[in-house]
Amino acid sequence: MELRVGNLAVSRGGLVVLEGVGFTLHPGRALVLRGANGIGKTTLLRTIAGLQPAVCGEISAAPECLAYASHADGLKAALSARANLSFWASVFGTGRDAAGAALERMELTGLQDRLAAQLSAGQKRRLGLARLLVTGRPVWLLDEPTVSLDQAAVALFAGVVRAHLAAGGSALIATHIDLGLDEAETLDLGAFRPRQLRPVAGGFGEAFDDATGALP
Amino acid sequence: MSIWEFANPRNFMRISGRMLPWFAALAVLTLATGLIWGFFFTPDDYKQGATVKILFIHVPAAMMAINAWIMMLVTSLIWVIRRHHVSALAARAAAPAGLTFTLIALVTGALWGQPMWNTWWEWDPRLTSFLILCLFYLGYIALWSAIEDPEAAADLTGILCIVGSVFAVLSRYAVKFWNQGLHQDSTILKVGEEDPLDVAYYVPLVISIVGFVFFFIVIVLLRTRMLIRARRLIALEARERVG
Amino acid sequence: MIALLLRDLTLAFRAGGGFGLGLAFFLLVAVLVPLGVGPESGILAIIAPGILWVGALLASLLSLDRIFALDHEDGSLDLLATAPLPLEGVVAIKALAHWLVTGLALTLVAPLLAVLLNLPAAGYPWLLLSLAVGTPALSVIGAFGATLTIGLRRGGLLLSLLVLPLYVPTLVFGAEVARRGAAGMALATPLALLAAITAGSLALLPFAAAAAIRVNLR
Repeated sequence: MELRVGNLAVSRGGLVVLEGVGFTLHPGRALVLRGANGIGKTTLLRTIAGLQPAVCGEISAAPECLAYASHADGLKAALSARANLSFWASVFGTGRDAAGAALERMELTGLQDRLAAQLSAGQKRRLGLARLLVTGRPVWLLDEPTVSLDQAAVALFAGVVRAHLAAGGSALIATHIDLGLDEAETLDLGAFRPRQLRPVAGGFGEAFDDATGALP
Repeated sequence: MSIWEFANPRNFMRISGRMLPWFAALAVLTLATGLIWGFFFTPDDYKQGATVKILFIHVPAAMMAINAWIMMLVTSLIWVIRRHHVSALAARAAAPAGLTFTLIALVTGALWGQPMWNTWWEWDPRLTSFLILCLFYLGYIALWSAIEDPEAAADLTGILCIVGSVFAVLSRYAVKFWNQGLHQDSTILKVGEEDPLDVAYYVPLVISIVGFVFFFIVIVLLRTRMLIRARRLIALEARERVG
Repeated sequence: MIALLLRDLTLAFRAGGGFGLGLAFFLLVAVLVPLGVGPESGILAIIAPGILWVGALLASLLSLDRIFALDHEDGSLDLLATAPLPLEGVVAIKALAHWLVTGLALTLVAPLLAVLLNLPAAGYPWLLLSLAVGTPALSVIGAFGATLTIGLRRGGLLLSLLVLPLYVPTLVFGAEVARRGAAGMALATPLALLAAITAGSLALLPFAAAAAIRVNLR
């Protein structure tokens, strides 16, 4: 499944933060998004995931092929690690075995009966990322996946991503840390920053922002 | 000219600015005529005495309380379907006016009811419906002021207004079912039937209803213009910050 | 869908899930009202259906803001929105889970509390029936209200203000069924109207609620 994005503009808080974003993500490849804090990496990923409407432009992949992992892990503290994961496995229809396999891949098998509340921040993050494996979807959208992971866990996760790419999947990753992926290209979002921030066309900001003169 | 031209804030400001003094003049004229005529130049009722004259405020206020909600429903639908920002702001502008009319209707009703029914408050279907309408207005206004992002606030209050309208109508029938009530039926459209509204009251009442309509239009135009200016201020500040 | 239902039920029964709070609240109402009104059994018998309905309504109001706010906080709502489930279905399932842990439970304990309030014997089946038919509407209307306040940090109070006026028709017809049942009067009309409100809300409100969730996520 190829993800093609063309001339995409995204907005946050009624302002266009990125415009003219274009790239193609082929199967087996990864693309690392870079840019300063606040440039709009999260906004771009959420837009591609279909959670918010794009200002303009095209996104070729259907939302059914995309798996989005946000800052928040979406874990329920009162459920065990395994229960958290099996829930997502049945939502995505990948079955019971998928959850066990994902736990093993993220080296969480020993912790599977612990409540999510009792996991450390890094373990929670690993559990949150294990959810990607049970979605069974080819294109991963990862928002700062390595936050609160230690070096060993980063290497582990890089291995998981590499295996996913080798199996024909692809990944779009917003990160500051080098995952050491040979297959990855880098896209600097700084180039897509509008020269001047402007309100979204058709939004409340634009409707009432009339630079040419005072209202009668 | 298409009516949607009003949806452009600039056109709306220009045209509403030109119309406002005329509507204000009409409102003052009709309200003054209707109320002065009604209060001083109509006979006392043979049953109700001078108390009956409160109807020149009570009836128009009650009508406008409902009409304001209907106007909010229409403007909310326009926003949800056609995404005209001025329409969303007009719905927001009408809500406090509608709430005030509802409160006026309730208070004048209590003042009227005390000598007539010997009680300030009765759980009569009409009175109860207005109390519920008052809650609907409060919720709507509270939701608008709670949400910061204007687009989300307009969308969510629009959804609330549409769903709320359905439930408001249901409540009206539920409450009617629940208690048959003391309140006399509306007689204004029953001229010629038995026990109609006296013709001596009819003309000044209609004039003050017209006066309340113009008054409502003036308030909504003023408040919509105020909200448009406030949005523009926010837009200009945003431009300052980034520019 | 079933997985979501099971998860929500499990979470409600686990520590901090709030199951039981609604029931305890309902019990408190049934205990406090006689203390406030006085122990005269004649008066209590008259007001019992209304008190039980108001108590059930407030008890189900108590846990409404948990339906979506918790999922929004921990990010699961984002993930559910990108999952292969229609959001309308998510709303319906969450309302169903809310009903199972509040509405159904309240319906089942209501006859016990009715004993405290001296409800006439003829009223019991009708009280049960009216709550069983009416409380699903409370849950789905409440779930709709909860979607409007997802993004607000302190949405609980506002949520009550938004939802209570919407509860009026359900309360009126539900309490009317219970009241007429206790008094041995004909009650087919209010019962039919109550069922109509429940059916209509179940059919239409999930769509409005899903639209509100989409607005809140963007």
